Amino acid sequence: MDFMQFVWAGLGNGAIYALIALGFCVVHGAMGIVNFVQVDLVTLGGMFLYSASVLAGLPVPVGLLAAVVGTALVAMLVERLGLRPARTDHPLVLVFLTVGISIVLRGAIQMVWGKNRMAVPPIAEDVPVRLWGAMVLPQTLWMMVLTVAAIGGLVWFFRGTNLGLAMRAVASNPRAAAVVGIPAGRVRMAAFAVAGACGGLAGALVTPVTTLSADVGVLLGLKGFAAAILGGFGSFPGAVAGGVLLGLVESLAAAYVSSAYKDALAFVVLVLVLCWRPSGIVRQ
Amino acid sequence: MLQLEGVTKRFGGLTALDGVGFAVTPGSITALIGPNGAGKSTLLDCLFGVCRVDTGSIRLGEHELTMLPTHAIVRLGLARTFQNLRLAPHETVLDNVLAGLVTRTPFSFTAAILRLPAARHAERACRLAALEALDRLGLAAKARWPAGVLSFGDKKRLELARALVAAPRVLVLDEPVAGLNRAETETVEAELVRLRRAGRTVLLVEHDMDMVMRLADHVVVLDGGRRIAVGTPAEVQRNPLVLEAYLGQMEVVA
Amino acid sequence: MDGLTRSRWLHFFWSHRLGLGVLAAAGAVLLFPWYTDNPYTLGLTNRIALMSVAVVGLNLFMGCTGQISLGHAAFMAVGAYISGILTVHAGWSPWLALVVAVAAAAGFSLAIGVPLLRLSGHALAMATLACNVVVHHVLLQEDRWTGGPSGLAGIPPLTAAGWAVDDPVRLHFFLWFVVLVVMFGGLNLVRSLPGRGLMVLAADEVCAACLGVPVARAKVVLWTLSAVLAAVAGSLFAHTYGFVSPDSFGIFVSTDLAIMVVLGGMGSVWGSVLGAAVIVLLPEFSELAEAYKEFVHGGLLVAMLLVAPQGMIRGIRQAVALAWWRAQQGRSDAAA
Repeated sequence: MDFMQFVWAGLGNGAIYALIALGFCVVHGAMGIVNFVQVDLVTLGGMFLYSASVLAGLPVPVGLLAAVVGTALVAMLVERLGLRPARTDHPLVLVFLTVGISIVLRGAIQMVWGKNRMAVPPIAEDVPVRLWGAMVLPQTLWMMVLTVAAIGGLVWFFRGTNLGLAMRAVASNPRAAAVVGIPAGRVRMAAFAVAGACGGLAGALVTPVTTLSADVGVLLGLKGFAAAILGGFGSFPGAVAGGVLLGLVESLAAAYVSSAYKDALAFVVLVLVLCWRPSGIVRQ
Repeated sequence: MLQLEGVTKRFGGLTALDGVGFAVTPGSITALIGPNGAGKSTLLDCLFGVCRVDTGSIRLGEHELTMLPTHAIVRLGLARTFQNLRLAPHETVLDNVLAGLVTRTPFSFTAAILRLPAARHAERACRLAALEALDRLGLAAKARWPAGVLSFGDKKRLELARALVAAPRVLVLDEPVAGLNRAETETVEAELVRLRRAGRTVLLVEHDMDMVMRLADHVVVLDGGRRIAVGTPAEVQRNPLVLEAYLGQMEVVA
Repeated sequence: MDGLTRSRWLHFFWSHRLGLGVLAAAGAVLLFPWYTDNPYTLGLTNRIALMSVAVVGLNLFMGCTGQISLGHAAFMAVGAYISGILTVHAGWSPWLALVVAVAAAAGFSLAIGVPLLRLSGHALAMATLACNVVVHHVLLQEDRWTGGPSGLAGIPPLTAAGWAVDDPVRLHFFLWFVVLVVMFGGLNLVRSLPGRGLMVLAADEVCAACLGVPVARAKVVLWTLSAVLAAVAGSLFAHTYGFVSPDSFGIFVSTDLAIMVVLGGMGSVWGSVLGAAVIVLLPEFSELAEAYKEFVHGGLLVAMLLVAPQGMIRGIRQAVALAWWRAQQGRSDAAA
């Protein structure tokens, strides 16, 4: 049945959007800003995977790990070298700063990896599997499995570790957290690391399906942001739900309404949701 | 002049204002006092339409203010200072005062962009008024400084200049001397005395008891969102409720 | 010259600094083609003029409301494409097409602005970006009208009394005349009484409302005004180059517009033109800027925000004021 085919595709993309949305939410929780750099962290994930598995010839799972760790490290550098020296909490300056760093990073990616499109190998061979009446690529399944694993890891991190608890405290009440002496610098850096890991994983998972180029993350990242807004910006379960919802809506609308406007749909939804309920759907 | 009746404001389960009513008579200084959390700031926010009252009425002359947007309320003749400074730090001192004169002309983009004669003349008059206000508060020499570099006391006086240059029917001052040193306090106090002599109407929210007792014609005391006393400074000072809620603490301090 | 005369002259210059400044700029514009009529140079300055019209508009919005738009290229697109479609497909006169295009952009901006301007900060920035992506996508998909990815060619130039505004020198006079008019209007607005209120609005919305600024209306008017100027720039772009394609109005163009605003300084009209000039001319100065455009633009933005978030014009002015003040201090210290 065609319908299931589209549902699978939607769930796969939804998982990616959910990961990116989580990255946006973590940084927003810790610093109260929307981090435009998230967009390029997705690209970077794909680039690291490409370097590790194609250029260095490492097995894909190792490349995946390298992509996640590498992107997390770059994200931490971005926080330390790009945002922290600003020493301002003026929202306008901070937003622009992330926009600027995002552009710089994109330029840097172009310098290192060039401007051409590249092909990245998937985790498993490209032999579709039959599942509930649809042919599904193993990569799509890996996307979902690894996203769920990543969400599990995040839950453990935020509930079970001191740093995670500190980050939750900062997100719920920054001033109180500062008063009780939670180190703001470490929390911000950890938030960027988590956001980088999420973005890097998303990029490394999705680029075998799309192709890889220096601006592949822009559209994906913005869709991830749309997912975060759908989920009521800042809420982690909301981000996941928003991602999956967006993936499904997009895939089904492309199939049954208009495939030409598939890529614009997420943004139409984003604008409509923002008009209708400025703080997103989940939160009141 | 300004009349409040049964003003009530709830935030969720918390009742910030509970049926507060009092009147500000023309040509007088009315002081609004009360311990922290008594609802003074909320009252000012409601007065200026920054937040909406749940029930009750606020009238300025014959106009009901509770349903109006903030800018319309201000145009009817209210001006305020803020407890924590709110200036445009990158603009000059003079420009900040001129911002207080926005109500002098209609807010017309067309007139401004085309620089119509009416707008031009109004602007010239306003510039003079602004410089005069700065002069009176001892800031004339710093008119071209960016507001952000002023000392705390100067910033506080700049806010006062910005509010009073608008020549409002009621001038609302939110703790105008909090954090000022003695000399600076005296400038502000002198300005208030001058205002009263000129027959201006002032609503003064203040913590400095000495100053309230010296300057105010009427005192309204809030506690826990309710008006617990009203009267002349002397009457209020003797009111046992007030002593219990507020002045008791003050005397311990003094 | 005695002290009194000198101070009178100084006062005259100071109090007429705006008019004199615009006059000087007009003189420079008038004389520039005599300095060079190299078509390549004029092509560059004309491009600066085109961008300046849009950047002054965007700067009025961003500098006066303190909000960010990352979608103004969409309004340029509306202006450019409606102008193009009406002249190429429907054979309208370029002037009429320009007017209709700008009116359409105004309507479009009002329609999305009224609901979206309730947002602020990051959410508004993202929403405007999203609008731009959608518009860009429409341009790509509706190829029957827009020519799709390959663009729309054959747009006629504007003509006045039998003169076609098509060679670089004529374009120079025409485009810079438009820039001067726009700048004059912008400068008037910024230093008017409502403009003083708008400066406060940029820093603090509640405070501006308490000073009598009708916040919601001011935002919508500024938004529409900036969209109109962007559409004018877009329409002029179409009639200048005779060709438009979707990538001239993508989100990266929007971010470039915003970068020009930040470089020049929020709320600074002169700075807008300067910002446009820097970004347009940058690739001319070095190969690196050409090859790694994004890296350099982004780097400039970041450096500017870290060093002088108030922008170039004000940054320089404040540095000069500080140096002067230090010198004065030094002199009085020496005297004491």
